[in-house]
Amino acid sequence: MSTVKIELKPHQVEQIKQICKEFNNDPGELINVLHKVQHTFGYLPAEVQEVVASELNIPVAKVYGVVTFYSFFTMLPKGQYPISVCMGTACYVRGAEKVVEEFKNILKIKIGETTPDGKFSLSCLRCVGACGLAPVVMIGDKTYGRVAPESIKEILQEFQ
Amino acid sequence: MSTINITIDNKSVQVEKGTTILKAAQKVGIHIPTLCYMHLEDLNIEHKPAGCRICVVEVAGRRNLAPACATECTEGMVINTHSLRVLNARKTVMELILSDHPTDCLVCAKSGNCDLQAMAHQLGIRKIHYQGEQSTYREDTSPAIIRDMDKCIMCRRCETMCNDFQTVGVLSAVNRGFMAVVAPAFEQNLDHSPCTYCGQCVAVCPTGALTEVDHTNQLIRTLADPTKTVIVQTAPAVRAALGEEFGLPAGTLVTGKLVAALRQLGFDYVFDTDWAADLTIMEEGTELLDRLTRYLNGDKSVTLPILTSCCPAWVKFFEHQFPDLIDVPSTARSPQQMFGSIAKTYFAQMLGIDRKNLVVVSIMPCLAKKYECTRPEFSVDGNPDVDFSISTRELANLIKQSNIDFLSLPDEDFDDPLGESSGAGVIFGTTGGVIEAAVRTAYEIYSNKPLPRIDFHELRGLDGIRHATIDFNGLPLNIGIAHGLGNARKLLEEVRAGKSQYHAIEIMACPGGCIGGGGQPLHHGDSSIIKARQKAIYLEDSNKPIRKSHENPYIQKVYHEFLGKPMSEKAHHLLHTIYFDRSKKQFVVSHE
Repeated sequence: MSTVKIELKPHQVEQIKQICKEFNNDPGELINVLHKVQHTFGYLPAEVQEVVASELNIPVAKVYGVVTFYSFFTMLPKGQYPISVCMGTACYVRGAEKVVEEFKNILKIKIGETTPDGKFSLSCLRCVGACGLAPVVMIGDKTYGRVAPESIKEILQEFQ
Repeated sequence: MSTINITIDNKSVQVEKGTTILKAAQKVGIHIPTLCYMHLEDLNIEHKPAGCRICVVEVAGRRNLAPACATECTEGMVINTHSLRVLNARKTVMELILSDHPTDCLVCAKSGNCDLQAMAHQLGIRKIHYQGEQSTYREDTSPAIIRDMDKCIMCRRCETMCNDFQTVGVLSAVNRGFMAVVAPAFEQNLDHSPCTYCGQCVAVCPTGALTEVDHTNQLIRTLADPTKTVIVQTAPAVRAALGEEFGLPAGTLVTGKLVAALRQLGFDYVFDTDWAADLTIMEEGTELLDRLTRYLNGDKSVTLPILTSCCPAWVKFFEHQFPDLIDVPSTARSPQQMFGSIAKTYFAQMLGIDRKNLVVVSIMPCLAKKYECTRPEFSVDGNPDVDFSISTRELANLIKQSNIDFLSLPDEDFDDPLGESSGAGVIFGTTGGVIEAAVRTAYEIYSNKPLPRIDFHELRGLDGIRHATIDFNGLPLNIGIAHGLGNARKLLEEVRAGKSQYHAIEIMACPGGCIGGGGQPLHHGDSSIIKARQKAIYLEDSNKPIRKSHENPYIQKVYHEFLGKPMSEKAHHLLHTIYFDRSKKQFVVSHE
């Protein structure tokens, strides 16, 4: 997993410590802690994982192991508008792959990456529960149904 | 404890509740094959992730096959360990494992000593029916350990040793599915992690995924160089284990043959690290008494307990994990480094040669020793005190390569002046040995009386943490002993909390001490081998005419001719060291 190097500010370290404390610094709560920390920071860079590990008194290798195991966790900052393309069975058979390809072409990024201007990031997920609308794309909190590759340019323009 | 009755392969067995199918079968002589499973009984380590599925058996009434290593017996259970269904499943599982494994056995460092290879042979695998993409990963070379994850079968034994036994926490499974790999945090290389190079991961790895950095070829080239004088030192634990590589039963002492073999290999002088162990006792024992006396006289600047510092994995462990306590361990260098330091000064002067033309090689049961001799503080103008270190396993291979019939070698003696040692030097090879050696000398110096007894049985054994109180002529001296870094951590945390009751603590990183080191012949999960080696070490000690370090005439000589007295300025310069805070994060990020 590729990562970015950052330097945490003291108040950010405090924030992480506070979240760990909410879960009683219990190593068994690692996933919940990571959830909340990612919600706060948007992603989980190495430096953040170091703080979590030391607060929960577990090796940072274990934290990294969990972060890399679950696709929900990311070590890269998401864009201002995170794009998620559903690759569940229904969406897949109705051409989600072509939709992903089109996003990749237009934004010139790969899955898991963010555009250099920080605006869009691209990821895939499994079934958002709207199979009737397949193929489904989510951008931020907004959901788009029956997305055709040809319509993607137009959709993206809404966010310009 | 209640018992239950089961049937395995038509044999009735009565076992205690909670017994696994694997253990129950062993009771009646049925050895179900295992691969990822590991049980080091004497060390209380049982690893049963049920990950490889080689040990599956058929249980009547159960829909799927059960992993024998992790399934507990229940009343009336009927088990078949070699039905057609079981044998087919086992072979399929094995073929699937092999379908994602390089088949370069002929040139693999583990060949002939590989659990995976042996299991493929045992199961009669002749063809791998599954072909597909293989997972690949970059190779990682550190000063002591090579990681070749292409050969990893995800048994995760290394993780158990690194996390549960050693509590070093370097290795963890990362990523998932096909991409899963055992790696340090952020997939850095080992030399950017808090790895101690104890080598216990290597000692339990069933394949060639984790191996030592091999210096055999460097040694062969060095021995062939006519401009160099090449000398060798050999650690105490080597003589108690090397014989196993030549088919001798565990615990056979081969000291004399070892010396003869090293001489035949072409070393100019064959010396003994045990001599340097005696020297270590002079320095460490004196330091203990100095700290103790000052402490008893109310000197508040003195810290107790004193911790031994012979083990390089342990040293690196506290540098990473307990940087706030780096003034607690003894400043004495390890015997390997004391030997190198004296060899390249005192002995080089004796020969009248420049230190650059004297090559010091060490034979060690240890992989961390390979790292230790690369530490910059142990070199002078870029010339290391110990040039390189080879493991017991590497030595065995070299002896075989050199056409030496080890078993028919005569017993020979070490050379003087760095080859004579006391029994105290010998027991450095086992847990409890360093502190017993220290007690033998410190007692006599402290009390000015001869020891009433030489054997301190209360300091011996294989329990992870042991303690004893020794009567030091009216002063009760509290001694703690730990082997395994997880056990060491417990004692260290007491020290950190100011609750330690000990005056002195001995720590060794590996199970059983150096006899169970990461460079020793592989025990393949049989911890009774470590017990047998320990017995051999104490036997060697009791056979020695001199059993106290300070009575070693060649130790007396080096102080008389060269060092002055223990902890003299010269001794400080050559035989003591400093420690570093390595806790600072040093991760390198951003790679694909």
